[in-house]
Amino acid sequence: MFIHLTEEQELIRKTVREFAEKEIAPVSEKLWEEQQFPYEIWAKAGELGLIGLPYPEKYNGGGGDWLSFVIVLEELARIDCAVANALMANSSAASLINHYGTEEQKEKYLKPILTGEKIGAIGLTEPNAGSDAAAIQTSAVLDGSEWVINGSKIFISNSDNEITGPVVIAAVTGTKENGRSEISNFIIPNGIEGFSYGRKLNKIGWRASSTGELFFDQVRVPQENLLGQRGAGLRQTLSTISTGRILIAAMGLGILQGSLDRSMAYMEERKAFGKPLTDLQALRFKVSDMATHTHAARLMIYHAASLRDAGKPFDKESSMAKLFATEKAMEAAHQAIQIHGGFGIMSEYAVSRAFGDAKVLEIVEGTSEIQREIISRLLFQ
Amino acid sequence: MKRTFDTEEKIIVENNRISKDGVEWVINPYDEYAIEEGIKLREEFGGEVTVACIGPSEAEKELRTALAMGADKAILVEVDEDELQGDEHTTAQLLASLLKDRPFDIILAGNVSVDNGAGQVAPRVAELLDIPQVTTITHLTVDADQNKATVERDVEGDVEIVEISLPALFTAQQGLNEPRYPSLPGIMKAKKKPLESIQLGDLKLEQQDLAAKTEVVEVFLPPEKKAGRILEGELEDQVKELAHLLHSEAKVI
Repeated sequence: MFIHLTEEQELIRKTVREFAEKEIAPVSEKLWEEQQFPYEIWAKAGELGLIGLPYPEKYNGGGGDWLSFVIVLEELARIDCAVANALMANSSAASLINHYGTEEQKEKYLKPILTGEKIGAIGLTEPNAGSDAAAIQTSAVLDGSEWVINGSKIFISNSDNEITGPVVIAAVTGTKENGRSEISNFIIPNGIEGFSYGRKLNKIGWRASSTGELFFDQVRVPQENLLGQRGAGLRQTLSTISTGRILIAAMGLGILQGSLDRSMAYMEERKAFGKPLTDLQALRFKVSDMATHTHAARLMIYHAASLRDAGKPFDKESSMAKLFATEKAMEAAHQAIQIHGGFGIMSEYAVSRAFGDAKVLEIVEGTSEIQREIISRLLFQ
Repeated sequence: MKRTFDTEEKIIVENNRISKDGVEWVINPYDEYAIEEGIKLREEFGGEVTVACIGPSEAEKELRTALAMGADKAILVEVDEDELQGDEHTTAQLLASLLKDRPFDIILAGNVSVDNGAGQVAPRVAELLDIPQVTTITHLTVDADQNKATVERDVEGDVEIVEISLPALFTAQQGLNEPRYPSLPGIMKAKKKPLESIQLGDLKLEQQDLAAKTEVVEVFLPPEKKAGRILEGELEDQVKELAHLLHSEAKVI
């Protein structure tokens, strides 16, 4: 196995890096401080074709590969993980609609979220159902030609945002013969009657990402808003989650690379005991570890993405990449602050903001514990 | 378009020449303004933007970037810079001979390249093609019906407004526009756009036309800046010492 980036992928990296450094870095602290979603950056990312890169051109996508999209998220997260997450969560909604939506649904809901005009969200998690997604309680009951939805969702990225397009949610539509819940996915347009948001959620990471708490009180949607087959909800979500894990891993890689770059720059410029920090072995070794983990994570993630692009199985590789990259990102963010000393604690410094961002990565899209569970199941199957 | 060192590269002089080992290359930033202006003109008036470059085969990468920004075609005149041993005169001859049989309304180029900084090539090309030229422009308005253009040019901090008939050549100064990022679909489409590669021999130029008019005698880095000195003592003595140092050490008076 040899991972070789094409000239195009190198140029994509260069372009996104320049975009992130020039357009995002200068406002990153303000966005963090005010927990503000970067609407302007989102629109520009749409213009540049970053958002819809791996989706079909027919629906305003870029017709690109997943490895290229990984590079986009890596470069965005190197500067600001919250911006990268806007693309990531949008892509989760886009994946579901693209795979299981009808032509009409794609025209209406997929097209605008691939250009930056709108932003897509996916609502699975509930206050009492996280990794155990089958335990959700939100219900949908067919009443004539309409579904009536009741319940709530929490921690939903890209919801509660001025340009939230559809929110794809999972709801219980009945009970299966084995007594388990029958779960189906629905496309819910933002702002319809009975659909409201709770209080603003304050976070330690991904602060510029809009994270909503959703309430559904007798929300009525037409029958055609069911996504794909009735009862296929969890299967649909699971089929796209491995791709999501590669993308979260890519964001971990961005934090790794960012922590490494910032630590090296600081060590070269800062003096202690009359010599630059680069003379201190205790700190040099931290950077060696960071660089090694960055390299390993990159190989794992690019490999998983290449498998995905080649149409080969990649579930195990994506879980491994997600587990490794996000845990090492947390470690790197932690050590980068240590290297920066007192300055590293100040939110003015990007290393400080990356700390909370890294922690989020270890939780979303399946916690580290869930990844270990999945990997062991795939090993012993 | 010229391919130059990334502006953040460190310059290393080895054996009386600048080392190119492991260097990152970019489109000369002033040429980027020229490319952007060309694309903007096409968006307004239609037509076609062709980017031409004299350089090694590796310059294909920078040409692809220009295509990704939105240029329609690219031409690379492949030269081995070590073999050619040319100067600005050589490049201008090559470009003029490339352009003379191709139709054009406007030629845009960077005002200078950030490496050699001579600012010679584009004006020489205009002379060789016998067309009018305006250098260091910061604004360009084209009147297609009248076949003329009105340009603003930077004249040492002041602005000069010039009216000029087309076809003409312009060189871009900072401030002309804000070059766009290549879009990702643009990057992916760039590969399918035509990139014509021309060998030196195809241009039918005699060796004597290409021979450099200048000679590089020595290449050296500017002397490293020394730490400043603060004079001490009585004011009168300090002034005396300063005058003395300016005369004997700095040799400026």
